[in-house]
Amino acid sequence: MKRTVFRNRWLPYVLVAPQVAITLVFFFWPAFDSLRLSLYRASPFGDRLIFIGLRNFERLVGDPAYLRSALTSFVFSFFVTFVGLALALLLASLANAKIQGLGVYRSLLLWPYGIAPAIAGIIWLFIFHPSYGILPWLLSFVTAYQFNWFLKGWVAMVLIVVAAIWKQFGYNLAFYLAGLQAIETSVLEAASVDGAGPIRRFFAITFPLLSPVTFFLFTLNMTFSFFDTFGLIHSVTQGGPGDATSILVYRAWKDGFDGLQLGLSAAQSVILMALVIVLTAFQFRYAEKKVTY
Amino acid sequence: MAADGVTARAHVLAPARLMAGPARRRVDWSGWIAHAILVVAVAMIAFPLYYAFVISTQTLDQVTSLPPKLLPSTNLFQNYADAWTRAHMGRLLLNSAIVAVAVAVGKISISLLSAFAIAYFNFRGKQFVFWMIFVTLMLPIPVRIVSTYQVVSVLGWVDSYWGLTVPLMASATGTFLFRQFFLTIPDSLAEAAQLDGAGPLRFLWSILLPLSKANIAALFVILFVYGWNEYLWPLMITNSPEMRTAVIGIESLVPRTSQLPEWNVAMAAAVMVLIPPVAVIVVMQRWFVKGLIETDK
Repeated sequence: MKRTVFRNRWLPYVLVAPQVAITLVFFFWPAFDSLRLSLYRASPFGDRLIFIGLRNFERLVGDPAYLRSALTSFVFSFFVTFVGLALALLLASLANAKIQGLGVYRSLLLWPYGIAPAIAGIIWLFIFHPSYGILPWLLSFVTAYQFNWFLKGWVAMVLIVVAAIWKQFGYNLAFYLAGLQAIETSVLEAASVDGAGPIRRFFAITFPLLSPVTFFLFTLNMTFSFFDTFGLIHSVTQGGPGDATSILVYRAWKDGFDGLQLGLSAAQSVILMALVIVLTAFQFRYAEKKVTY
Repeated sequence: MAADGVTARAHVLAPARLMAGPARRRVDWSGWIAHAILVVAVAMIAFPLYYAFVISTQTLDQVTSLPPKLLPSTNLFQNYADAWTRAHMGRLLLNSAIVAVAVAVGKISISLLSAFAIAYFNFRGKQFVFWMIFVTLMLPIPVRIVSTYQVVSVLGWVDSYWGLTVPLMASATGTFLFRQFFLTIPDSLAEAAQLDGAGPLRFLWSILLPLSKANIAALFVILFVYGWNEYLWPLMITNSPEMRTAVIGIESLVPRTSQLPEWNVAMAAAVMVLIPPVAVIVVMQRWFVKGLIETDK
């Protein structure tokens, strides 16, 4: 802690005032309001609110469509995070040597971070386009199966997963490359002299030493895939076909803004809030411990 | 740590390796393999963007014919002009620029001030303020969709630049980043400033601010990209076409099933929208990497 050096009775309050004002008005008030609204339902004419206790939550938990959305969200995040990280780690370890000009590669890898998920989605939408896209065209030489994401839910899911991974990939790879460069080669050489093969070396030495990087990328990709991919869904699949790509955030928005079911949407917000709290707690708990061995 | 034992053993083994040394000097294949893999990775990552650009230069006939053509064509100017006029691109890009800059500058200023107060003053309720700022980390927009909209409509800020920017300006990450940085600055600096008769604001302006340049630049890149690419908030808070930001506004150009498949125009629009944030990252790369690492802490 700093030995505090300035004395002033009112200045510190003035300095924190803008931050506190915005926090109260746009974060705390709406959050409490969500909690309150989640216990109500709008009357048929939308002119007043009717208190219904926990019925919104009961309805969500008993609603197969909502449970499907939860599953969709987890499947989507799982693929984006695990497949994305596994691929990046695999490539990075294959490319693990003293690399000349790493900075140049880093520049060439990091730029997709700047592309909005929605824009990444539009580009991949065309690549996957059933009539004109290059991917279904290439696949048509291999199989007669129609990779039409307008009709098949799983193809739509692959489309958004690929778009999301693409946007994050270079970034994940750049962090793994940097992490690998920081590992002492003497440790790996010694293990190799002791007779450990490349796979054994990877799991016994490289992977544990990379755990801080993995942890950092894991939380980042989880948060990204859960909360920052709304634009991707909205601009590409609109949650469809059917509700195959309707992740939780998309459904909460749709029920609130399209369906005007304010109470139901607020209840979904509350569930999401619980999820963020768990994620944040997880992040801080392990960040404290500095996951290395 | 176990690593010390391992390195010690490596030293013992070193002479043996020296003796085997000079007879065979091999080409360093691992280096070449690494370069080959990275070149392939870079190319794979770049391909979708290249493809989008190529499509944006083609005519409608070329876009819709198979096999796909992978070389630029001659229709570039026409497509970009079409996209520009049809989506009112000038206005969209202006809105995005205003939002991105306002959010970045606003967040940086607000968090710089509160971090200064927290690091350099003792005041009643400091713990509470710190805790409040921390909790905002757990309340991203998707978690308070309907209610935040209602608050903004009570204020009469729907469909305005105020509504688009101010609610996004509170920042826990920025505050923590600056506070952390201020704690590394020696106390003697502040003491010296006091001896010279400089007040706290003078100290903030003439000493802390110049010292924070790198952190400010790092945050700016991250926040500019965030503000430019934010989707859910502008979608909720704007309803007239003139107030839309670019990321949302170009959606009308994306051909749906029943429409003429003018993907060349859609891709031209996509390229125009993605250039500014990507350019900021490329130009400010050094600070971008710093920001990436530090804002997540």
